[in-house]
Amino acid sequence: MSNKLLLGTRKGLLILNKNGADWAVESEHFEGVPVSHAMRDHRTGVIWACLDHGHWGTKLHRSSDEGATWEEIEAPKYPEGATRPPDDKDPATTSYIWLIQPGGDDEPNRLYVGTEPGGLFVSDDGGDTFQLMETLWNQPSRDNWFGGGRDHPGVCSIIVDPRDSRHVTIGISVGGVYETVDGGETWTVRNKGLYADYLPNPYAEFGHDPHFIKASPSNPDVLWQQNHCGVFRSTDRGQNWTNISQEGGPVYFGFPITVDEKDENVAWVAPAISAEYRIPVDRALCICRTEDGGKTWKDLRVGLPQTNAYDIVFRHGMDIDADTLVFGTTAGNVYVSDDRGDSWRCVTQNLAVVYSTRFI
Amino acid sequence: MAHIKFTPNLKRFFPDLTEIEVDAKTVSEVVTAVDNRWRGLADYIVDEKGALRKHVNIFVGDELIHDKTELSDAVSANTKIYIMQALSGG
Repeated sequence: MSNKLLLGTRKGLLILNKNGADWAVESEHFEGVPVSHAMRDHRTGVIWACLDHGHWGTKLHRSSDEGATWEEIEAPKYPEGATRPPDDKDPATTSYIWLIQPGGDDEPNRLYVGTEPGGLFVSDDGGDTFQLMETLWNQPSRDNWFGGGRDHPGVCSIIVDPRDSRHVTIGISVGGVYETVDGGETWTVRNKGLYADYLPNPYAEFGHDPHFIKASPSNPDVLWQQNHCGVFRSTDRGQNWTNISQEGGPVYFGFPITVDEKDENVAWVAPAISAEYRIPVDRALCICRTEDGGKTWKDLRVGLPQTNAYDIVFRHGMDIDADTLVFGTTAGNVYVSDDRGDSWRCVTQNLAVVYSTRFI
Repeated sequence: MAHIKFTPNLKRFFPDLTEIEVDAKTVSEVVTAVDNRWRGLADYIVDEKGALRKHVNIFVGDELIHDKTELSDAVSANTKIYIMQALSGG
């Protein structure tokens, strides 16, 4: 059971501590600086923070003592000559760090970093240095990658198969899903079944927008995806995707998706009205849960504001630990449920925009 | 020698940052020189291609540099160089 939460916000990194049913801010780090993503590497205990200084560029920091001290690591850099997709007119530089993820348990020095404009970086020295995964970057289909909410494509999802560390699935927003089974030597596009209403051919092979992808911990062949154009699920590790959006209900557009640790049929999403609006459906904050692999969805609203709410949840803004769920919102509110989403309580409010929440 | 002054905002990341004199013929050489003194400082001023970050300004004397890509603006002896934070965002 986790007793701490890492919150990456528009104005710094917060560590919340659980005391009974309450969660309180224990410490603040990088005051005033946007923290796009933060996580603790379960293999080493190191906390990582991705920073996005408005003036001074993107940075990576790590702490081996629960945030008491931080060390700045040289942020990933695109190599000389790299140009930005899709038109390759401008130099590629690290304009945003979307997330940092640990490698497999059998490769304790490996870390992955997903960046804008679409580069996946890898470290094999515990994060001291990062190199661009050129095999992915040089995919011929990268001329179908482009910006969505941000100006340029970004690697926003990185999934390492717990059974085989050489099997990695990533999501590029906007670009689609790519899979390697040989540690990154080769990549295969995995967009079959996805739908993109902003493309001339909505079922095109490339150019899809997986906002966030999660694998089921209990069966890593089962992948879940909150896409720009619906919610999708795959039972064959991405070879085929099935649209599981809700007919006549709110489950369609959104950013995060969270999966039950024990049941591959259970997941949660945070719906919003689609691209042009990006506000909660009917201005009512709602989390939706499926318990049957996406055949049906249930609205979970108890304890959440049902009028005049403009909070939405960003793609790394929801997490789960056993029966406890958390999400942080664009309006700086953090909600926790200890009963799998049936009821919620606001544990802190009036923060800056929340980019990421992680139990640690 | 060119005389380099920094926005005090950079002292947050480089607490011992002070004015410094460097021997440099271009602004690019200035950035290299200050990075040699404070390792990692260049990453705060320019991106990985050496272009000036969007929200950073460098002045040679009273004049903004013209070449923000290569930082080729000439620096002469006794020039004052100011590395400043741009007033972006209001």
